[in-house]
Amino acid sequence: MEKLLLLGAEAIAQGAIDGGMSGVYAYPGTPSTEITEYVQNNKIAIERNIHRQWSANEKTAVEAALGMSYAGKRAMACMKHVGLNVAADPFINSAITGVNGGLVITVADDPSMHSSQNEQDSRFYGKFAMIPMLEPSNQQEAYDMAYESFEISEQFKVPVLIRITTRLSHSRSGITRKELKSENPLTYPEDPIQFVLLPSNARKRYKGLLGIQSAIEEAAEKSEYNKYIEGKDKSLGIIACGIAFNYLMENYPDNNCPHPILKIGQYPMPYSLLDKIVSECEKILVLEDGYPFVEEQIKGYFDKSGKITGRLSGAIPRDGELNPDVVGKALGKEIKQYFKVPEIIANRPPELCSGCAHRDIYNALNETMKEFGKQKVFSDIGCYTLGALPPWNAINSCVDMGASITMAKGAADAGVRPSVAVIGDSTFTHSGMTALLDCVYENTPVTIIIADNATTAMTGGQTSPATGRLEEICIGLGVKPEHVRVLTPLPKFHEEMVKVIREELLYEGVSVIIPRRECIQTATRSKKEQKVKTEEVAQ
Amino acid sequence: MKADIILSGVGGQGIVSIAATIAQAALDNDLFIKQSEVHGMSQRGGAVYSHLRISDKPIASDLIPMGSADIIISVEPMESLRYLPWLKEEGWLVTNSIPFINIPDYPDLNLLHSEIEKFPNHILINADEIARQVKSPRSSNIVMLGAASPFLEISLENFEQAIKKIFGRKGERIVELNIQALHAGREFSLTHKEIK
Repeated sequence: MEKLLLLGAEAIAQGAIDGGMSGVYAYPGTPSTEITEYVQNNKIAIERNIHRQWSANEKTAVEAALGMSYAGKRAMACMKHVGLNVAADPFINSAITGVNGGLVITVADDPSMHSSQNEQDSRFYGKFAMIPMLEPSNQQEAYDMAYESFEISEQFKVPVLIRITTRLSHSRSGITRKELKSENPLTYPEDPIQFVLLPSNARKRYKGLLGIQSAIEEAAEKSEYNKYIEGKDKSLGIIACGIAFNYLMENYPDNNCPHPILKIGQYPMPYSLLDKIVSECEKILVLEDGYPFVEEQIKGYFDKSGKITGRLSGAIPRDGELNPDVVGKALGKEIKQYFKVPEIIANRPPELCSGCAHRDIYNALNETMKEFGKQKVFSDIGCYTLGALPPWNAINSCVDMGASITMAKGAADAGVRPSVAVIGDSTFTHSGMTALLDCVYENTPVTIIIADNATTAMTGGQTSPATGRLEEICIGLGVKPEHVRVLTPLPKFHEEMVKVIREELLYEGVSVIIPRRECIQTATRSKKEQKVKTEEVAQ
Repeated sequence: MKADIILSGVGGQGIVSIAATIAQAALDNDLFIKQSEVHGMSQRGGAVYSHLRISDKPIASDLIPMGSADIIISVEPMESLRYLPWLKEEGWLVTNSIPFINIPDYPDLNLLHSEIEKFPNHILINADEIARQVKSPRSSNIVMLGAASPFLEISLENFEQAIKKIFGRKGERIVELNIQALHAGREFSLTHKEIK
């Protein structure tokens, strides 16, 4: 079969499609977005009509995937690491309900925070939920694991977590496909109350989850993804999790590592393999991208011997993603560097695109806020977060999806006037609507600017469920229609924008301002596509 | 055969297209490939890079170790210098000479060019001008690919095939313009390489 050149994220998508998936559910988030986008454009997925539309947020995504699993079919929910915080409730509880059709949660962590607000490690969530977990080291494993994950889920009747990191998600390599599996038929769970987590039933289900722990541990012991590679020099043993294995092998070009290696790709941690390497070797180096998940557990609380090394011991930096050089240094290898970056090189941080509507919004907001004082603008996750940087320096917070509105509310409760939130349209429907309801409920004096560019822009222009519905949603939630103000953010309307913003800042109640203009990226793209289509028709 | 390539530029300048074309050409040659790229926030006008590794043997790391890249291909002069710690001692620096200025403290262009010219193995090419000459002003990234092509052990035919595959969706005319851009960039490097 022809090799496909795929990103790690795409390999997971192809593996899931070939593994008989009937639906993918996700909210866009770097570095996970490309999984769902791949399914959306895949021929088989379209022919099979695999569910592939975006969800409002990660929680609704996991819940819908759980519903599909209830109906006997194979489903995957995908998200970035912080998305699993949003989805933590259905995620943890899906381990208690168990599954009917295979259920897989794929989470892309972002060590080094390339596009995120933290570098939390999703393996803790997998352990917390007590479910099997897979961590590929390369694109082929990403494909294979996604392909097999539904069966693992159906075998143990619990969800499976696949954990990848940015580097694997956004790196391409050749993939060999396996045979396409058919989808599961529609079936109902054998036990009609399996999914009813009333305390009496939840206690039974939880005992069941505890009961399968030894079986999922045994599966990890026997997994082909956990490999003990013999080595003569036992002064050091190396444990390499997921992609860390590649950085290790990069330092031993012809597979000539003299030390025993334990490659980990399936969890719970393979205890007897760990026991073997720790008892045979004098010293242990743990290589893992993210937090010291394995290191901390095998070191334990009381071990002060210094035998176990890694991120906690300082052998590897405590934060930031791994790379061949960080690993090489820990192995005592010399790092080559022939040239330095010349001093004249300036930083080039990301910025709002030229022609972006957010520029006009911040110009108007900044001018208005001059009259009202500094540090009163709460913002959110999206392109508009770049308003925190010069030349605007317009916002004072960016914490989690939807937090702008609720933080503005809390600040208003504390006496901040005016208290302003700036949030995007997609972020608003992700997690801002309940926050707005809190404001309406108490008629809190807040001014909420929903910067509507009709897309989920930062992740590359995915559709936004808010498009065409924002006024209705806000009025439906109880905002007074006369305080829902729609504007067109263009330089020529600057004065009008300033006037409207001022009026609403002075209003002692909930107001929503919606500056609306399509994202310059998606607008340019759709214009180009339209042009290609017209030319095709002309030919 | 082994080539470790760093591609650099500013988000939106098309380095992903260069990387995809080289990767496709390598795949058609039955070579192993790893190509790491930047998505997300940095794509908005920030500095972006891609690590592309091709080899006739399996490749371990998605990232190139420091001091071992064979070539830096940059569509922007300042960005070409940002990744120098990855270049090996006898590596090639192949860069567009035309700056993309979207920051207030962009360095003096003459200073930048002289930093580039310090390297014995460098190609400094006005890819924008060459792209205009072949009537494909948007193909300066493919001009850069052409300029880098003599340093990669992949045949011109393979690159042409790859361009057909990558740009095929956009129509025959776009494919033809990009192939012309590839040739023009290659021609520049072949003549300027000889002089040294």
